[in-house]
Amino acid sequence: MQAITTISETSVPIMKENIDTDQLIPKQFLKNILKTGYGKDLFYDWRYLPGGKLNPDFILNDPDRQAAQILVTGDNFGCGSSREHAVWALKDYGFKVVIAGGYSDIFYMNSTKNGFLAIILPEAERKILASAKPDEKITVDLPNQQVRYHDYSFDFDIDPLWKHKFINGLDDIDITLGYEKEIEDFEKKMPNFN
Amino acid sequence: MSQTMFDKIWDQHVITGEVGKPQLIYVDLQLLHEVTSPQAFEGLRENHRKVRRTDRNFATMDHNVPTVDIFNIKDAISRKQIQTLQENADEFGVRLAGMGSQDQGIVHVIGPQLGLTQPGMVIVCGDSHTATHGAFGSIAFGIGTSEVEHVLATQTIWQTKPKTMGIHVHGKLPHGVFAKDIIMGIIAQEGVAFGTGYAVEFYGDTIRNMSMEERMTLCNMAIEGGAKMGSVQPDQTTFDYVKGRKFAPKKFNQAVKYWQQFYTDDVSAFDDVMDFDVSKLAPFVSWGTNPGMSVPVDKPFPAIENDDDKKAYQYVGLKPGQTATQIPIGFVFFGSCTNGRLSDLKIAASVIKGHHIAKGVTALVVPGSRQIKERAEELGLDKIFKAAGCEWREPGCSACLGMNPDRVPAGVHCASTSNRNFEGRQGAGSRTHLASPAMVAAAAIHGHFIDIRKEAV
Repeated sequence: MQAITTISETSVPIMKENIDTDQLIPKQFLKNILKTGYGKDLFYDWRYLPGGKLNPDFILNDPDRQAAQILVTGDNFGCGSSREHAVWALKDYGFKVVIAGGYSDIFYMNSTKNGFLAIILPEAERKILASAKPDEKITVDLPNQQVRYHDYSFDFDIDPLWKHKFINGLDDIDITLGYEKEIEDFEKKMPNFN
Repeated sequence: MSQTMFDKIWDQHVITGEVGKPQLIYVDLQLLHEVTSPQAFEGLRENHRKVRRTDRNFATMDHNVPTVDIFNIKDAISRKQIQTLQENADEFGVRLAGMGSQDQGIVHVIGPQLGLTQPGMVIVCGDSHTATHGAFGSIAFGIGTSEVEHVLATQTIWQTKPKTMGIHVHGKLPHGVFAKDIIMGIIAQEGVAFGTGYAVEFYGDTIRNMSMEERMTLCNMAIEGGAKMGSVQPDQTTFDYVKGRKFAPKKFNQAVKYWQQFYTDDVSAFDDVMDFDVSKLAPFVSWGTNPGMSVPVDKPFPAIENDDDKKAYQYVGLKPGQTATQIPIGFVFFGSCTNGRLSDLKIAASVIKGHHIAKGVTALVVPGSRQIKERAEELGLDKIFKAAGCEWREPGCSACLGMNPDRVPAGVHCASTSNRNFEGRQGAGSRTHLASPAMVAAAAIHGHFIDIRKEAV
């Protein structure tokens, strides 16, 4: 997993609540057997007009925001289906960080598995970030758990274990295999009714 | 200190870690399907890892499968995903109920049907409707593909213990009102995120009087309220359901004794409690683009309060103040892991028997599994549906999510027994209206919803 520490990048605000994973990546794009290649289909139904042309009214298509790596959005982001393809699509598009009011539990867990930083900030602070112009950078400082923009500085919470994983780019399975003995002992004690 | 059922099951499965931090939890059963597993198996292969416990994993094919001419998958990418699961199951030694198999069906239908789903278990699957299995008094939740890979490799998962919420459901359900209406009513009242961060337990006299199939409907949609786990305490109804099934424990009485320890000591053990009286509940119908946008059938659609409402009304082509009886239904879908079980088909058939679906309506009936299909045919339900003008199909997820050929055309209003009315969920531009099987059956006959409590169907 790729490590993530501090980034200073431009952003895109999509301040809608309850953006579900069907919107992030519609089901017709879930048929791939790879983890990559989903970026072009991110927000497909909002991003493209019927016939496949780019929807000029959707902010992700703003020519001045094509290099954005930070997504600023509403509450309950990533609700609905468990599809990890939603995180893969956000990453493949080029986003490194999402800042929302909250996340569905499954989306949040998926983000931690992919080195995709999902930050929670209150609405008032997100509104300030959402006002960032296309060329203005937002700094996300994971070691200090801070989001900075102009003179603003917003602190965010993250579980120490997830933080450690992000900063060091650690793979979960390797960590868990370190508990092989504990898992074996557990299995020996399990009830068996067969 | 008093504990919830959830606490007791959780505590028994902790391998390492402290409460409040991610803990390593043992997984008794993982269910797999073709859409969220290929990258997980690929990850194992890349890292030269095996499946740790082939006896604790079970796979089937459901999301992509066609419901007619099932061995002829025309979509090349769907075919590839199905083939990939077949190859992965063979290579890694995972049990598979493949295409056409007697045990095949929607993953959340076959788990219980085969007796794989049992009380006291931790159950995961790469699908958010895994909450369904909580109906047996288990901890069951949806996970992402990286977690699927992790469970395949280690039979464990890192999870932070959620808070617990008890939902006290009480009162006698009025005639024409079902488990589906209870969960839709709760979500309409509390919103689509009230359960985020919580493991929900439904309890009370209404729940005790429910069949397992009703409890599954209820728990299935907990995720639509944000709760990735919904559950019901196991009781005699649960034990009777599990008994005699293919993978039920052989020493059954001993297992029951073990399962009986999983109950909530008292209400004070929950972090939060909610009260829901069903005695005056009406049938619910969703009007908008998330399951919280639902109203009782006899109430008008709400006023526009924000941008989300405005967008939803634009998308569905309806207006505030209208009622569900005014929605022109062009498509009807019976099926899904929410309402694709035998009792659901029986109820729908009882409403539809002797009638014909309205002119211009397309109606699909998709049993949740092959066994359900065969049982329904023994009971002659297929003949009732076909005589009414419905299409009787092979099992699968079908038009619940439109990944397979079954889709609702753009702009068409669909009365659906499924679980999600998101934009485009049933096909690009589709307009989904969630309701119970009886309500959907009545809508099929009339071409619009009716209040099944009042009108003779």
